[in-house]
Amino acid sequence: MDFSVISDNIEFLMLGLMRSFQLAVFTIVFSLTIACFIAIGRVSSRRAIRYPSAIFVNLLRSNPLILIVFWFFFLVPLITGKTLPEFHTVLIAFVVFFAAYFAEIVRSGIQSVGASQVKAALSTGLTYSQSMRLIVLPQAFRNMLPALVTECVIVFQGTTIAYVIGMREFLHSTSLVAERTVRPVELYLFAALVYLVICFAGTRLALFLEKK
Amino acid sequence: MNYEFDWSLLLQEPNWGWVIEGISNTVQLSLMAWGLALVIGIFIGTIRMAKSRVLRLVGTTYVEIFRNIPLLVQLFLWFFVFPLLLPDDFMRAWNRLDGVPFLTALIGLSLFTAARIAEQIRSGISSIPKGQFLAAYSTGLTEVQTFRHVIIPYAFRVMIPAIASEFLTIFKNSALTLTIGVAEITGAAKTIEAYTFRGIEAYSAASLTYMLTTASVVIFMGWLEHVLRIPGLIGKR
Repeated sequence: MDFSVISDNIEFLMLGLMRSFQLAVFTIVFSLTIACFIAIGRVSSRRAIRYPSAIFVNLLRSNPLILIVFWFFFLVPLITGKTLPEFHTVLIAFVVFFAAYFAEIVRSGIQSVGASQVKAALSTGLTYSQSMRLIVLPQAFRNMLPALVTECVIVFQGTTIAYVIGMREFLHSTSLVAERTVRPVELYLFAALVYLVICFAGTRLALFLEKK
Repeated sequence: MNYEFDWSLLLQEPNWGWVIEGISNTVQLSLMAWGLALVIGIFIGTIRMAKSRVLRLVGTTYVEIFRNIPLLVQLFLWFFVFPLLLPDDFMRAWNRLDGVPFLTALIGLSLFTAARIAEQIRSGISSIPKGQFLAAYSTGLTEVQTFRHVIIPYAFRVMIPAIASEFLTIFKNSALTLTIGVAEITGAAKTIEAYTFRGIEAYSAASLTYMLTTASVVIFMGWLEHVLRIPGLIGKR
C-alpha cells in the first residue's frame, strides 16, 4: 500500500468533496422548504390538498433515488427543450426526492404538537397560516431535530448517486484518480474513511440532540 | 413537449427479456440479501444488548461502520478492493466464479442492511419491559436462552413494521447494484432507454415494479401485524 497517491491528488479529491457538500446543502435547503408545504398539505382537512400531497410523498418514497435521477435526466431536457448542466438536473431530482422524505419527518413533527396548541392559537385570533408558522412549526422543528439531522446524513450519503450520471462529486473524483493511478485499494479506503468520519459526526449529533 | 408513446416496445424482444431478467434479479437479490441481513442483523443487534462489554463494543463498531459509509462506496469496496486484498489463490478462485457482480451485491447489500436491522432490533429489545428479562432469568434460563426463547420472539413481533420497511429499503437499494454490473430492473430500464430513447416507457416499467411491490408488502404486512399482534399492547386493529 502506498498512501502517497492520496496526498498527491488531495486537491482534486477535495474539489470533489466540496461538490458533494454543495449538492447536499442545496438539496437540504430547497427540499426542506418544499417539505414544509407538503407536510401542511398532508395534515390539511381538505381532501383536494391532502390526497395530492399523499400521492406525491408515496410516489417518490416507493422509488429508488437512482431511478428518480434517471427519470429527471430524461424528462428535464424533454420538458425544457434544452440540456441543463448536470449539477442542476441532479439537484432538481434530489430536491424532489428528498422533499418527500423530509415531508414525512415534518408531518410527524407537526402531529407531535398537541391539537390544543392549534386551538389555543386560533382562539387568540391568529389565522390558520399564522398559527402554523408562529406556533406549530417552531415547536415541531424542535421535536423533529434529531430526525432531521439523521436525514441530512442520508442526503449526504445520497450524493454519491450523482456518480452514476458522471457528476464529479467525491466518489467520482476518487474513482477517476483510482483509475488513473491504478491504486483502487488506497483510494476507495480513503473515500470510505472520509464518508465514515463525516457521517459518524452527523449521527452522533443526532444522538446528542435526541438526548437533550 | 412532443413525445410519441410506444408502449408496445416493452413487449418486443430483446426489451421484454431484459425487463423479465431485471425483475427476476431484483427480486432474487433483495430476498436473499434480506434473509441474510435479518440473520446477521438479529445477531449484531442482540450482542449490542449483551452483558459483556467486548461483545457490545463489537456490535456498536459494526453498526457505526456499516451505516455511516454510503452503500455505493461499500459496493465499490467489495467489488474493487476486496478481491485485491485476498491472497493470490483465493483471488483467482473468486474471479473465476460465476456471477461475481451478483455475489458482491449480495454481500454488500446484506452487510449494509444488517447494520440497519441491528439498530431496529436494539430499539425493539429496549422497548421490552425489564420484568420480562427478570422473569426469564428467574425461571433458570441462561442469557442465551432468555434471548432465544423469550426476548427475540417478543421483540420480533413488535418490530414487524420496521423489518418490513427494511425489505422495501433493500428492494430499492438493490437498484444501486447496477453500478457494479448486476442486470436488475433499473439497470434494464436504463439499457432499454439507451437503445430506444424511450425513457418514459422504460422507466415506467421499473417504477411500476417498485410501486407494486411496495403496495403489496404494505398490505401484506398490515395483515400480518394484525394477526401476530400481542394482546394487551396498543396497536391498530
